Amino acid sequence: MAASATPLPRLVERGSAGDALSLGFVTAFLSVVVCLPIAALVWASTGGAFWTAVSSAEAVAALKLTLAVAAAAALVNAVLGTITAWVLVRDEFRGKSVVDAVIDLPFALPTIVAGLVLLALYGPHSPVGVNIAFTRTAIFLALLFVTLPFVVRTVQPVLRELDTEMEDAARSLGAADRTVFRRIVLPTILPGILSGVTLAFARAVGEIGALVIISGNLPYKTEVASVFVFNRIQTGDRAGAAAVAVVLLAISFAVLLAVGGLRRLATRHERA
Amino acid sequence: MRKVGLRVVALGYLGLVLVGPLTMVFWRTFEHGFGTFWSTLSEPNTVHAFELTLLVAAIAVPLNTVFGIVCALAIVRRRFPGKGIVNAFVDLPLALSPVVVGLSLFLLYGRGGWFYGFFTGHGVQILFALPSMVLATVFVSLPFVAREVVPTLREIGEEQEQAAHTLGASGWQTFWRVTLPSIRWAVIYGVVLTTARCLGEYGAVAVVSGRIEGKTETATLRVQDQYENFNLAGAYGISLALAAIAVCVLVAMTMLRPREGAPA
Repeated sequence: MAASATPLPRLVERGSAGDALSLGFVTAFLSVVVCLPIAALVWASTGGAFWTAVSSAEAVAALKLTLAVAAAAALVNAVLGTITAWVLVRDEFRGKSVVDAVIDLPFALPTIVAGLVLLALYGPHSPVGVNIAFTRTAIFLALLFVTLPFVVRTVQPVLRELDTEMEDAARSLGAADRTVFRRIVLPTILPGILSGVTLAFARAVGEIGALVIISGNLPYKTEVASVFVFNRIQTGDRAGAAAVAVVLLAISFAVLLAVGGLRRLATRHERA
Repeated sequence: MRKVGLRVVALGYLGLVLVGPLTMVFWRTFEHGFGTFWSTLSEPNTVHAFELTLLVAAIAVPLNTVFGIVCALAIVRRRFPGKGIVNAFVDLPLALSPVVVGLSLFLLYGRGGWFYGFFTGHGVQILFALPSMVLATVFVSLPFVAREVVPTLREIGEEQEQAAHTLGASGWQTFWRVTLPSIRWAVIYGVVLTTARCLGEYGAVAVVSGRIEGKTETATLRVQDQYENFNLAGAYGISLALAAIAVCVLVAMTMLRPREGAPA
């Protein structure tokens, strides 16, 4: 509530020296750590070779594959993540708090370990007899793993605050469960789902650690964009690496813009 | 009935994607007994990899903690031109591929880069050495403290800080006595997330470190190295050690989360 209230008038003018110091620190730190490297990347990509590099058959194949599989993983997690969030908020069962904690595992587990772990279960020595190593299915599965928490964690708090009274009222007036979900629950949690999905998508597009081991990195088949960039750096093709990297950078900025817009959309009632 | 169905769907999905694979690593690691596990972990290059990982985290986490707090205070409590840009750049690492981060540093400090001449002239090695690995790790773990502290600062409001001010406290005193105690859980939660990200970083460090065994190889790079050299036992052993750290992080996150929403 304090966020939306108008700030109180300043009783005492704060020390402007401290202000300048902290702003200077933030700016300097951000410049050295983030802005300068990004500027160097954009600069390196602006040679005449950009279009040639980005439209090379292998780069196009890698980008297409990345976008398609990332979108698929994000969408599957939109549905299953919403169901998981719903179960965690509305359902009661033994061990729920453990399940709730396990959701964050992909955030805590190093991604390279995630890749190895998936290979152990769904690879050539699989104890369950499923071998999807070095296929696109493996990429899809690895991306499902790393993006699993996003939708759950953006939908869960909204669902928790959602009053069941409205749903009860709708039901008592004869609405079916499906209608209640579509007309009452979904509109409230939709901004949460969408911002979770966009973040998951961005994460999936940029993922490398979970993929280097399990995807096999075959050009035109299982080589995703970040692995493409990595391989081009290794072979010394800076222009090719920088070109695809700039495309990934543009996607990241677009995603952040979209999430910012969704956040404003979600809080429009509070601010009004 | 529908409730049970949804529960089965959710738990089945989590089992297939999360829990199943993780149990596999335990099984694979201890398949050949505890002795094998221990000997892979005590191998000198592996020990060095873990030491290096901890060293990088020990530098990156404090830097990002200080930055995160100062940045959050600036974003919430101050008005300044370019705030939107600062916000965007703080969030960028959440949405950007670590490989792109690594490549950016590579282009800035590598041969032909803007800073290449300056640092080689002074005999300082940035790429394929600790400095670039720290820079890469700081970049990818930048947002966590700031993102946790910002909402908490908004929630607690400015009244207490202003009261301290009118009673004659300096800005520094206000920060240590009033602001920091009320945001401490958010800071700790952010530090836990930052540490987890630093220990698990792979993509950015893989690009800038050169992956030199026994020199610039971190624990995550060591996993890949062992895997590529067909030493699966080694790869699983290191993975399990990293997974154990991840579980500790999970426990810490779970214990800290309820306090977040508690009234300050």
